[in-house]
Amino acid sequence: MNSPASGADVSDLHVRLHGVTRTYPPAAADRAPLHALGPIDLALKRGEFFSVVGPSGCGKSTLLDVIAGLAAPSAGSVTFEDRPVAGLVPDGIGVVFQEDASFPWLSVYDNAAFALRRAGVAEPEVRERVEPTLAFMGLTGFARAYPAQLSGGMRQRLCIARTLVTRPRLLLLDEPFGALDQQTRLLMGDELLNLWRETGATILLITHSLDEASLLSDRIGVMSARPGVFIDVVATGWPRARDSRIVSDAAFGTLTGRLWASLREQSIKALAMVS
Amino acid sequence: MTVVMTRADWIRLALVAGALVSLEAACRAGFVSKDAVIPPTVMLQGAWRALHAEETRGDLFYTLHTVGLSLVLSLAAGAAIGALLHSLPRLRRVLDPLLASYYAVPTFVFYPLFIVLFGLNRWPLVAIGFLFAVVAVAINTLDGLSRIPRAYRRTAAVMRLSPAQSLIHVILPAASPWFFTGAKFAVAYSFIGVIAGEFVVSGAGMGHAIAFAYNSFDNRMMYGLIVLLFVVVGGINTALWSIERRLYARLAGR
Repeated sequence: MNSPASGADVSDLHVRLHGVTRTYPPAAADRAPLHALGPIDLALKRGEFFSVVGPSGCGKSTLLDVIAGLAAPSAGSVTFEDRPVAGLVPDGIGVVFQEDASFPWLSVYDNAAFALRRAGVAEPEVRERVEPTLAFMGLTGFARAYPAQLSGGMRQRLCIARTLVTRPRLLLLDEPFGALDQQTRLLMGDELLNLWRETGATILLITHSLDEASLLSDRIGVMSARPGVFIDVVATGWPRARDSRIVSDAAFGTLTGRLWASLREQSIKALAMVS
Repeated sequence: MTVVMTRADWIRLALVAGALVSLEAACRAGFVSKDAVIPPTVMLQGAWRALHAEETRGDLFYTLHTVGLSLVLSLAAGAAIGALLHSLPRLRRVLDPLLASYYAVPTFVFYPLFIVLFGLNRWPLVAIGFLFAVVAVAINTLDGLSRIPRAYRRTAAVMRLSPAQSLIHVILPAASPWFFTGAKFAVAYSFIGVIAGEFVVSGAGMGHAIAFAYNSFDNRMMYGLIVLLFVVVGGINTALWSIERRLYARLAGR
């Protein structure tokens, strides 16, 4: 197995997890604590696109929470740009959740400008950042609309736009396309690759979809059933300039097949846990 | 603002108009005793007369002032109780059955006690209006806070908002449709409590004026005051309902 911690030179490290575990306290007095994650070692290179796949309930989203600073690790350490992440979301990290997190009481424009305004950014600069981002996400014509007037895919693009205007150096995506149909997912994947190339941000994508991980990533971490640990890390070898047309490449099928070979047994194990 | 009438709105309007026309015809034809019910057109004349009487305007202002006070107090206390119960889940579990059965308790029986406590003035009415309204606000506030999607709070954390920023810019707007529903109920319940109190024992207010007209066998004034009250309360409720509908429309597709 390749180690997920071995993907980068030490000088170029952007995110590092060392011995990270996450254990939830027991839900009742007669229950045992739930060991959800780890131990996890992970090193992400600056500008890398890393995806995490794993069976349901293996702790993928917990891993994202710990990296973002939304949850503290029970053991181990997380560093972002050489500074420890200690229970607070550091500056420079943006997160897009699976659920629709657009604010229904704000217009598309005001949603996109929300974080900047709360941070006290002057209005001309807000406009300077929001307008091109909405254009990039194909939402310019809907700037005055409210989220209720948008499709699910457009709302998710709005959530991505709202995150992008803050210019995150690390973008954490928790199954952002989970609710979309396959065609829209492929197109959104292309848009994600475009913005990744344009911004140079490091991206960590949590996904259920092996196709999505194979298409988008530089490396893919395969997690075991709970408690989730990395059981394999696959380097895709794709060039930086890529798009959804690589799904017709023979290597794409080989890659997806390898991921499934690693995951199949773990998925069966995870299914047995919940049944 | 353009008002677009739906088919259902037209049917509703036709039903009300039909009922009024039937009542008018029944009264005019002598099927209904004039000592009991007067024709709706005479009620309207009574309302017009009442509106032009300075005494009635004073009663209306007194009632609106009392309802306003009980409303402000019930909104503040109900929101605080709702927020407290939301932050203390164990206390919520303990109090949930009491809240659910609150409106089965005839709280109006406390009115005499409030008169003893506060004297025969506005405050027993404020207290009874408050008691009627406060739990509706608390329950709806609690409901609204519980329904805020987890992703909103997480988004606020990712944006590194302070607790005050989160409250003002995320939590309050997200819970506002439910809070508004509580406020709408509070308006209705405050009016019911205050007018019922005025009707039983009070020296002023619309309830008192209606009771006075009733005891004086002045049907035209009594029905006129009732119509006037219907118009005022109905107008307020229609305005609130319209705002509430717009607030919930924003949640479409979620």
